[in-house]
Formats: sequence, structure tokens, C-alpha cells
Amino acid sequence: MAEKSIEIIGLTKRYGEHVAVDNLTLSVEKGEIFGLLGPNGAGKSTTILMLLGLTEIDSGSVKVCGIDSSRYPLEVKRKVGYLPEDVGFYNDYTGMQNLLYVARLNNIPMEEAQKTALETLAEVGLEEAKDKKVAGYSRGMRQRLGLADVLIKKPEVIILDEPTLGLDPEGVKKFLQLIVDLSRKKGITVLFSSHHLHQVQQLCDRVGIFVKGKLLAEGKISSLAEQLFSKNAHTLEGAVAETEETSLSLKELARKMEQMEGVAQVEMRDKRFVIASKKDMSVPISRLVVNSGYGLHSLSKKEYGLDDIYHQYFQEEKQI
Amino acid sequence: MKSTLLKSGIDRLTTIIKIPSFNFPTNPFRFLRKGTVENDRPLALSPFKAMVRKEITDHITNWRFIILFAIITLACLGTLFSTLSDGMKVLVNDNSENNFFFLNLFTKSDGTLPPYFVFVGFLGPLFGISLGFDAISSEQNRGTLSRILAQPVPRDSILNAKFLAGIIVISLMLFTLSFLVMGAGLIAIGIPPTAEEFMRIIVYTILSIVYVSFWLNLSILFSVRFRQPATSALSGIAVWLFFTIFYPMIANLIIKGYEPSQFASPKAIYFYQKLKFYLVQIMPNELFDEITSAILVPSVRSLGPLTMEQMQGAIPSSLPLGQSILLVWPQFTGLIALTLLCFLLSYVLFMKREIRSR
Repeated sequence: MAEKSIEIIGLTKRYGEHVAVDNLTLSVEKGEIFGLLGPNGAGKSTTILMLLGLTEIDSGSVKVCGIDSSRYPLEVKRKVGYLPEDVGFYNDYTGMQNLLYVARLNNIPMEEAQKTALETLAEVGLEEAKDKKVAGYSRGMRQRLGLADVLIKKPEVIILDEPTLGLDPEGVKKFLQLIVDLSRKKGITVLFSSHHLHQVQQLCDRVGIFVKGKLLAEGKISSLAEQLFSKNAHTLEGAVAETEETSLSLKELARKMEQMEGVAQVEMRDKRFVIASKKDMSVPISRLVVNSGYGLHSLSKKEYGLDDIYHQYFQEEKQI
Repeated sequence: MKSTLLKSGIDRLTTIIKIPSFNFPTNPFRFLRKGTVENDRPLALSPFKAMVRKEITDHITNWRFIILFAIITLACLGTLFSTLSDGMKVLVNDNSENNFFFLNLFTKSDGTLPPYFVFVGFLGPLFGISLGFDAISSEQNRGTLSRILAQPVPRDSILNAKFLAGIIVISLMLFTLSFLVMGAGLIAIGIPPTAEEFMRIIVYTILSIVYVSFWLNLSILFSVRFRQPATSALSGIAVWLFFTIFYPMIANLIIKGYEPSQFASPKAIYFYQKLKFYLVQIMPNELFDEITSAILVPSVRSLGPLTMEQMQGAIPSSLPLGQSILLVWPQFTGLIALTLLCFLLSYVLFMKREIRSR
């Protein structure tokens, strides 16, 4: 087993009656990019605050790099870079000055700090703007400065709380690429919280889905789909067209589809159908459609993304 | 022989002296960071020092500070000139009573403008409030607070740095003003202040720093409590107005209720006087007024009521500085206590707070 960067056991946090984080157990290995995915108010930020020792823990334990963060928050903060949601800078200072201030707070000697600041600014692509006041930075530049700010202390773990909020699609792509590159190059563990499914999908090695303070599922994205859609993990959508050779009514066609092995459910509505099945049925279904004299307008396999995992969960919740 | 011995002795002495002088300035705040010794790097600027330095820079480059400083300076210089222009006579006349005419520069005026000490007492609180009212809330609103707290600095050092930086700036300003007034007076009158007068002015300046830092602390407390800087500034000003305008009115009402008749027993009159005295003692501005009058007017011998017996046999002369300080010691302690109370409250509020971004 690889070394664990973050280890959370039985973590609970309450605000009065409201349970923000409920008995959370989670571990992240060294050098891994872990995505914490959940809707707003799921307790992601609270968990992150507890990781850094910025808020008190009601029960359970949190260890970052093997250090208990509720007891030795300063030691943890020395090793962890945290980019808060909607990070702020001193607007009257230049990007460089903001970085140097943080470097000084980390007790990095002045000369070394200057060198490292220039390096990190180059890494995040802000070399040219380093002597510009932060007030004149764009949203994307601020986020990149935030990343530089996290990197300047040479952390072992980076925690990013909704870092892509408010960036344009191109900016998001670049920013995420930057994080992946940095993590791979320097072997930094990254904990990334987001409610943007696709970003997490692109970026993370492993994902934890977090709803109402509970970790619902955890693992690689592909295995997540299996965990949540154990019954019918494949969906086919298609449309048929009647031709002269049509020998069956639509209802009969639907019944025939249902009778095929592996098909769980068929929904036929006005020449369009949705089939849920345990395995990939696209080939036999298309053959069946054509053999019964219909024309196949379209047939598409639906891949399960996190979107569907999300929706699926909420559906289940409603049923309960 | 003798000279070589002496030389080697001096050499040895210098080597002994050199060792601490090399070690000391590199990290004067080391004692503040226990447990991080292994991470200490020789040239490191300690984080706390960096924070204080940044706060001071922020203060003195801030327009708010510059404007207030200009107002206070102008007010004080205006007073000084109006005192000096026609005040020579006043000063000389007063000279007949006591020898402390240099202190008159701070306490007397010809009536067109109030004297220096009134300005300090009046504008000092405003100054303190303006330095502190957005200390914490602005950091929070800008989103920098959570970023700073994610750095390996203890949470209280943010509060301490803000407070210390405020005090340094206040001291700087008040000492500047005091010396300005002294210098201008020196040039105009041509008589240097005596050592006692000089010491009185220094003590007065130090005590006014304590007074202004009370208001600074109060406004820092409000800035911890309220997220909107406007709310915290208004609360600070409201407290100030309450103490300068409304509280004396309320106190007067209460005192009126206890007013003894002409034929009341001495005991009742004594009680009445005591009540009158103690009711105003919780007002910071009253405490400061008493401090001012006792320190700057050496002939003041008591701040509370005095009985005839206590006055009997007293020599009508001025008190020495030590006695004046002794006289205001309770007031001074009261101010310090109020300051510490505010600091404590903001500490408690801030340390327990959960810091979220914005």
C-alpha cells in the first residue's frame, strides 16, 4: 500500500442540529489527484476546513501527511497549500508582492523567496503581469496567482476548493492542465473539490461523491458507474421509421426487444425507444429492428458520465 | 607591558560583546515561535514581523490615515499659533502662579481655538476608530483572511499584528505632534522646558497613546464582530458619542436625583460627591481628561472630592511628577483595563470563529 497523504476516519461536524459532515472516512494516496464531488452545501468546504484545522472537529480524526491537523494545525499548514474558494489578494499590491508576503509568512528567506516567486510565476504563466497590481488582474489571472501562491511554499499536498468557479471554458481547461502537469511533475497530492462533473472526470484519478455530508461512492470513475448502476449500466437510445416492409406494430417490436436476453427495460414512445440493458445490446437490437422491416433512424449508445451518476443518485433519493 | 595587557583585555571584551550583538538582530521575535526551532533559517524574517511591517505600510499609505493626520496636525498647529500670537501675555501672567509655563502651550489658549489637549482628547478616539474599524472585516471581505490563515502562522498573530501596528502608528503620530508643539514653542518663547516639564509632556504623550489604543482596540473588536466595515465604524462612533454626549446626561439625571438639600448632613453630601465622582469613572474620555489635567497641570492635587480636613495644612504648591502620576494611577489602570477587556473580547470572538472564504 502506498503512503497516505490524507487520512480521514469517522469525521463528523455538526452545526447545531444540522450535520454538515457525517461519519466520513476517506484516504488519499501520495501523488494522487482526488476529486471531491458534490452539490453545493454537501459539506465539501467544511471537510477541507477541518483538514487544515481551520474549524473544530466534533468527532473522528484527520491526518494530513501523518500529522493530526486538529492538534498541530501549524505543522499541517506548513505542508499543505490551500487555495480557498474565491481567493482574495491585496489589491494594492502587485502579484509579486502578494507572493513575497506569503513567502515571508512561511518563513522563507528573502533571497530564496524572490527566486521561488519568480519561478512559480513563470510556471503559472504570470511572468509578464508580476509587477501589475492585482486589482487589474482578470479572474483567470487571479486564480493562477492563487495557484502560484499555493506552490510557493513547496507543499506536499494541495487542496483546491472550487478552483474553476467563474472561469471561462478555455481558462478552465488550461488551469486544470496546469494542475495535472504540476502534480505529475512534482508528485504533489491534489485534493480537488468541485461540483463540475466534467472537470473532475477529466482531471482526477479517483473521485469521491459527497452528498449531504456522506461519502456516497468512491473510486475510479468507471468503477463508480458500476457501483451505482449495477443493474442496467448500458442505455441505448434510438428512433425507427416505418417502411413498406414493416411487418410488426411498434408495440410488438417493443415486446420483442424486451424478450431479448439482457434487456431490462424498454420504453417505446412515438417511434423512439430507450433500452436499458446489462450489457451492450446495440448490435442485436439493430439487427432486430431491420429484420422486422423497420428502418433504423438513429441508434446511440449512452456512456455514463458523472452527470448520470449524479442524477441517478438524486432519483434514488427521491424514491426513498 | 601594561598597554599590551590592556589591549588584550579590550580584545577579549570586544569578542565577548560581539557574540550577542551578532545574534540578536537577526531574529528578535524568535521567542514568539516556540516549537519551530528546527525550521528556523538564519536570514528569515519572522512571519510576525512581516505582518506588522505590512500593516504599518498599509496604514501610512492609506488615504484615510493621511487625511486624519493632516487634520490633527493642522488643528494642533492652529492652536499653537493662536496660543502664541497673543498668548505671550497669558503665558507670562500665568507664570506668576507656577513655573510650568511651557505646559501652558498644551493647556491654554486665547479662546479662538481650543487648546492642544482638547484636540487630542477629541480627535484621538476618531483616529483610533479609523485605524481599526475594518482591520479584520476588510481582510475577510477581500477573501485574504482565509488565505493568510492557511499559512503556518498562529491565528492570534493576525490580531496581534493589527494591534501592534496600530499602536506603533499612533505612537509615531502623537510623539510627532508633541515634539512639534514643543519645538514650535521653544522657537517662539525662547526658553527651553525644564526636565520636569519635558518628562510631564512625555508621560502625557504615553498616556494619550494608551487612550487612543483603547479606541483602536474597541474598533478592532467591532471589526471582528461585524462583517460590514460601515457597521463597525458606526458602532465605534456610536460608543464614542454615547460616552461624550449621552452618558454625561444620564449621569447628570441620576446625580440630580440624589442631590442633597442645603442642610443635609456632611455624610450625605460626601456620598453625593462620591457618587458624582464614581459615576463618570467608567467613561474612558473622562478618565483621560482627569489624566490630562493631573499630568499637565501640576497644581491639581486631587481628582475626587476632598474634605476640609484633607485640605488642612496643605502647602499651596505644585506636585512633583511622581505624585501626579500616583494621582492618576487608578485612572491609568482603568484605561488599561478597558483596553485589555476589548482585546480579550476580540480575541475570544476571533479564535473561536470559523473562517470561511468571503
